[in-house]
Amino acid sequence: MRLLRLALAFTAILAVTVPASAQDKSIIVASTTSTENSGLFKYLLPIFKEKTGIDVKVVALGTGQALDVGRRGDADVVFVHAKPLEEKFVADGEGVARYEVMYNDFVVIGPKSDPAKIAGSKDVLEAFKKIAAAKASFISRGDKSGTHVAELKYWKEADIDPETGKGSWYKEIGQGMGAALNTASSSNSYVLSDRGTWISFKNRGDLKIVVEGDKRLFNQYGVMLVNPVKHPNVKKELGQTFIDWLVSPEGQKAIANYKIDGEQLFFPNATGKPST
Amino acid sequence: MHDLSHAFSLALQLAASGDPGLWQIVGLSLQVTLSAVAISTLLGLPVGALLALGRFPGRNALIVIFNAAMGLPPVVVGLVVYLLLSRSGPLGEFGILFTPKAMVIAQSILVFPIVTALSRQVIEDLWAEYSEQLRSLGSNAAKSIGTLLWDGRFSLVTVVLAGFGRAAAEVGAIIIVGGNIDGFTRTMTTAIALETSKGDLALALGLGFVLLMIVVLVNGAAWIARRAGERLAGA
Repeated sequence: MRLLRLALAFTAILAVTVPASAQDKSIIVASTTSTENSGLFKYLLPIFKEKTGIDVKVVALGTGQALDVGRRGDADVVFVHAKPLEEKFVADGEGVARYEVMYNDFVVIGPKSDPAKIAGSKDVLEAFKKIAAAKASFISRGDKSGTHVAELKYWKEADIDPETGKGSWYKEIGQGMGAALNTASSSNSYVLSDRGTWISFKNRGDLKIVVEGDKRLFNQYGVMLVNPVKHPNVKKELGQTFIDWLVSPEGQKAIANYKIDGEQLFFPNATGKPST
Repeated sequence: MHDLSHAFSLALQLAASGDPGLWQIVGLSLQVTLSAVAISTLLGLPVGALLALGRFPGRNALIVIFNAAMGLPPVVVGLVVYLLLSRSGPLGEFGILFTPKAMVIAQSILVFPIVTALSRQVIEDLWAEYSEQLRSLGSNAAKSIGTLLWDGRFSLVTVVLAGFGRAAAEVGAIIIVGGNIDGFTRTMTTAIALETSKGDLALALGLGFVLLMIVVLVNGAAWIARRAGERLAGA
């Protein structure tokens, strides 16, 4: 009984002190740190709200975690960049359909001193082999994010097991893109980054882009509605409105228009139809 | 050194600018933290008094548990609250994950043991000191609770401030259950974490200085209230 009363008092205070948000027209989008940290959402969302009146609340996480938030039914829409994981998400019935939205690319960042001698290369696999051979310090996200998944794929294709470098040159930090770049900056290490985060990153120190332009570095973003059959709380109309807008000519134009210092960060490539 | 002074001047500029985005973040930080402190105080003082004056089986174990819970890791509390409030969790139907309410709940869990454990100590000490007098006036432990809370009010303000400090400083719990949503659940500490991850260390530290100023202001206000109270009580 006492517990019940405590719980009641607790709820009462909560109700009084935190006014309920009366905004019904809002959705939660689980997305990645790259789209949030690059400022893309800050640019896109006011345009979308102006048109539809829908408030989009973005929770920015690594791709793996963002998909998990969707799987638990805690988001209405998932907007991430790791195609194999996204396809599994839809195949498992967690997401309704996957739409391709835009792409940018990954870049290999490294210190100006370039101990592995890879600057200017266009071959990411060759560069990774040289980093491993030189035992040059490399920072890995280690957080199951889209960027981490891509990095692991390059090591595999280069036929290198980075686990063997653990404790010496290969450092898994288990954190976001920004934290990985901060770590690389302070330890003059190599690191794989998406271009958007790199362009908007301020604490570069002695880092620069050392490898870019390999078509393997292509980085596709996809968007999915969380399955409303599994999670009845999902706001399917509002969520679908957001997805439809992203892949519409208007949304695609807005994405292309987003620039930092004149540099375009994301390149729209939606077909408007679900990809399979 | 240059970085620090740059961050400090940035903090002053930020504070002086009256930037609505910043004040919204400051407002939400205070709203969440003060709500959590209010809930914890309303629950923690009676529970603390009960532990101080009551004699029941398991009392010692409870005291140890509350003392230990002062050191609850915020990230663990954040995760547990996240799993409870998630749509797939037992309290999912309320739909309060990624809202300020979820942040208040997480911080209340962190602050409640602090208020409980410290107020238990304050009241127990007072009871040890005054129990004879109170008993001679025909009072017993239960009847004395009000008197003891009143006599200990100045120490208890410090107890509440310790709880406030914990809540104002933590980021681990609220970033998980709030989601750091721009304009909705972004607070001072989660904004600092975000700016750090964007590599804007000066802005991150500047925000840190603004947060410190606010904490000092709140403590200053509590101090002034205490002094005024003491003067009244002394008169």
